Amino acid sequence: MTQVNYFLTEEQQMIVDLARQIAVEKIIPVRAELDREEKFPREIMRDLAQADLFGLYIPEEYGGLARGCFENCLAVEQLAYGCIAVTTTFAASALGGYPILLFGSDEQKARYLPDIASGRRLVAFGLTEANAGSDAARIQTTAVEDGDYWVINGTKQWITSGGEADIYTIIAMTDRKKGARGATAFILEKGDPGFGFGKKERKMGLMASSTRELLFNDCRIPKERILGRRGQGFILAMKTLDLARPGIGAIGVGLAQAALDEAVKYARQRIQFDQPIISFQAIQHMLADMATRIEASRALVYSIARTIDAGARDVAKLSAMAKVFATDTAMQVTTDAVQILGGYGYMKDYPVEKMMRDAKVLQIYEGTNQIMRNIIGKALNKEYAKK
Amino acid sequence: MLRVDRKKCVGCGECEEACAFEAICVKDNVAVVDPNVCTLCGACVDTCPEGALEISSNSGEADADLDLWRGVWVVAECRGRALAPVSLELLTQARGLADRLDTALTAVLMGYEVGSESQRLISYGADRVLLVEHPELAAFIEEVYGNILADLVRKERPEIILAGATAMGRSYIPRVATLLETGLTADCTGLDIREEDRALLQTRPAFGGNLLATIVCPRHRPQMATVRPHVMKVGVPDLGRKGEVISISPKEELLKHRSRVLESVKEQAEGPNLTEAKVIVTAGRGLEAKENLALVRELADLLGGALGATRAVVDAGWVSDRSQIGQTGVTVSPKLYIGCGVSGAIQHIVGMQGAEIIVAINRDAEAPIFNIAHYGVLGDVKEILPLLIQRIKKERG
Amino acid sequence: MNIVVCIKQVPDAQSVHFDTEKGTLVRGEAEAIINPFDLHALEAGIQMRDSYGGEVVVLTMGPPQAEDALREALGLGADRGILLSDRAFAGADTLATTYTLAKAIDRLGPVDLVLCGRQAIDGDTAQVGPGLATRLGIPCVTSVSTLEVLDDRKTMHLRRVCEEGYDLIEVEMPALLTVVASLNTPRLPSLKGKIRARKAEIPVWDAQELGAEPGRVGLVGSPTQVVSTSVPKFEARREMLEGSPEGQVEALVARLKEAGIL
Repeated sequence: MTQVNYFLTEEQQMIVDLARQIAVEKIIPVRAELDREEKFPREIMRDLAQADLFGLYIPEEYGGLARGCFENCLAVEQLAYGCIAVTTTFAASALGGYPILLFGSDEQKARYLPDIASGRRLVAFGLTEANAGSDAARIQTTAVEDGDYWVINGTKQWITSGGEADIYTIIAMTDRKKGARGATAFILEKGDPGFGFGKKERKMGLMASSTRELLFNDCRIPKERILGRRGQGFILAMKTLDLARPGIGAIGVGLAQAALDEAVKYARQRIQFDQPIISFQAIQHMLADMATRIEASRALVYSIARTIDAGARDVAKLSAMAKVFATDTAMQVTTDAVQILGGYGYMKDYPVEKMMRDAKVLQIYEGTNQIMRNIIGKALNKEYAKK
Repeated sequence: MLRVDRKKCVGCGECEEACAFEAICVKDNVAVVDPNVCTLCGACVDTCPEGALEISSNSGEADADLDLWRGVWVVAECRGRALAPVSLELLTQARGLADRLDTALTAVLMGYEVGSESQRLISYGADRVLLVEHPELAAFIEEVYGNILADLVRKERPEIILAGATAMGRSYIPRVATLLETGLTADCTGLDIREEDRALLQTRPAFGGNLLATIVCPRHRPQMATVRPHVMKVGVPDLGRKGEVISISPKEELLKHRSRVLESVKEQAEGPNLTEAKVIVTAGRGLEAKENLALVRELADLLGGALGATRAVVDAGWVSDRSQIGQTGVTVSPKLYIGCGVSGAIQHIVGMQGAEIIVAINRDAEAPIFNIAHYGVLGDVKEILPLLIQRIKKERG
Repeated sequence: MNIVVCIKQVPDAQSVHFDTEKGTLVRGEAEAIINPFDLHALEAGIQMRDSYGGEVVVLTMGPPQAEDALREALGLGADRGILLSDRAFAGADTLATTYTLAKAIDRLGPVDLVLCGRQAIDGDTAQVGPGLATRLGIPCVTSVSTLEVLDDRKTMHLRRVCEEGYDLIEVEMPALLTVVASLNTPRLPSLKGKIRARKAEIPVWDAQELGAEPGRVGLVGSPTQVVSTSVPKFEARREMLEGSPEGQVEALVARLKEAGIL
């Protein structure tokens, strides 16, 4: 049967094949155990590092492969086919690394990017707080200048790879009166005085990913750790998320594809009323919708990622579309996969149960899907106002 | 080269599918071979339902000296000071071959203080024993054992040499064959004589057991083969049998070596080892948890058998990799194989399909192992194994 | 340290399946892979190179498409690959194979270590390693499961796996080792490696280039010949025992008693 031709180059196909190989050989065999024991996938991170995948989006001069958003999507889609908790840990490093790539000084880039590209050091991105989720302007963490230092106080919440990462890019308020325009980004390193970690969160899914608080208690860092200019924090966060969101869409595509594969495999093999259940139209129609939505998501994510790589500016709307459509699809498809597997689907012995639990987070993190729709809606209003 | 008999070929395409190298394809209803790509592996030859394919050698030169080589040799294997069981299997088989060739059967016994085993070799059929003893032979060193055997062969000119396809045999017999520039067939499961030219017909599994190939060594002597342990039957010893024991002290130059054994460690304290066990009970992924391994062990002990494992179980760290059966592990051919929660991936099956009786216990009715099992038990191993253990205990009283 | 790793391209056993109706094994659309044991040999070679410097040269004898196996090895970190390919090499048994490989290694110049997998999963002979060492005139240790280079960098301590345990062996270099799977975990390819491998030049050495005697390579140089092949039949032996778990166990015990096992 002919598959959609996305006209990948030979090198892009290599990325797909390699990421798929890692998913099949390294991730799938251990995903249930990682999930059950809430174990951080340190070894798999080493495998991904050894495969050069951490450097996909980083320029060659810093040891990367100088590829773009699209190649990153190709890689995370395949990894997500194995496990999205593992993939989230991998993707979080890009989320934390993009701000340095986009806003870092030459010194900062030279200091951090080679280690990030090689996977020697993991990165985390710290924006969310207890009272600042979708409304990032309500950030309460503060950074105050004190001679040659910044002094940071406050608490970041639900930070992916918190405690596991070595480098953190965080947003703190340097001028609370200015609201969002008073936010500034900083680079933190594990071990900075006054920088600690809170409890490990107990989650519904995404078990292998470490989610913790970052605690800043009179944390003193050298002045040159400021990332970008004072007051640029919010825009830095938005630009970073714009680049990262198609990747979240791609994670949704990979997860949904894995759920579809399980569902079709099961439906072909499960006999009820003397026939495989795939011969029933009720099942066929569900599978048909699942497959169609997945392909539509993939096509959307790929074309938006390619648009971004072609140098488009102001991609907030497109990037939100890629995320919202593909992750809603992932939720729908994984839920339907559990339904098709019936009682077995609800059991931990079969992988779709985990997939459905994991899928939910895709609609929540890196901007909820309601916020995605806000972004798209606002952009439409703006676009049509100009016409 | 690979030849296609155009008269027999019907262009069915079976050969095309069988070829791993895309060297053969059907054009205008006849198979066409690309000789640049063909590796002469022979996979297609057997697949052809019409018998239209043949691999032939272009070379026809004959070695005039073949008649100078007479006699059948068995290389006895000593672990420490005791004979390995495979040596007796070989003697039994070789006695039959020697009788058909109307020639003598010689056992070669190398080691240190192993001479007491000579009479056993004779009682199992050897006409004479070449006993090579030296303190340097106490530990097994490939170079030394290989050099001594090659030297003996050059002097005595046997037509056939058989050795066990054990870790030891497989490591130094190839050295001997290479020193003698003759053919060696590994891991044979069947041996026979072609009467018209005294050729040894050596049958061995190829392609992971998917194919049985019969091999000859027509123009070179000796004809050498290693034989898989536990395949050939052991005969009844004739304790009164007489034979000749010839003691040979090896020349110093043959004892030179660049490797030495610092220490030999036995790892399996009890129970038979996997390749020699008559019964193997194998643990598969379907056991689900390491705790359930105890059931498999208990059944193996009860049956006097060995514990085997699939790759998944080894990878999970439940047992050491020396228990692994299959493509990257060991090949076994016990009388009874019981797979417990073994799904039957092809990589595993190629390592155990030689078992006489295969029993599969699995809760998945679709598990491929049921296709090759003599007896399939559909059920959860955690439930079946305790029942089976209990039932066998009852049987034994 | 100059390291040569000999690899073989083999059909993937995963592409083999059962024909349940005919009761035979069918080699389907077989895909070619690097012999799994050889990947462990390659991994050992790469680790040694990374620790002691030098280079890893990968050799394979095979048809032109065996180049894919070499490119894969380069993607995993080998420095160079050389393909020994000639129509005259086809049909080689282990004696002719070791002759050809030894010619190639001689041509490469002095080596410190030659690594091979314990056996190839298609031929399963385990003869090429020991035979090759014999031709090269270097010691051979088979079925190596652990490996340590001593400080003098001329001696190694190895474990050789055997039926009942293992031998701890000391060997002088240069030496040839055949390795088992438990020696290491082969790495995955890296993207940079794959990109480099795609562009790498892979020299092809034929019989003439090797200065090989025509009578000693390929089918002509092989003392052994296959006279016939047959597919082992799996008789229609499948019997699913029926009934409750107790009933099935009862039936099984009865069958095993019949067979004289219990």
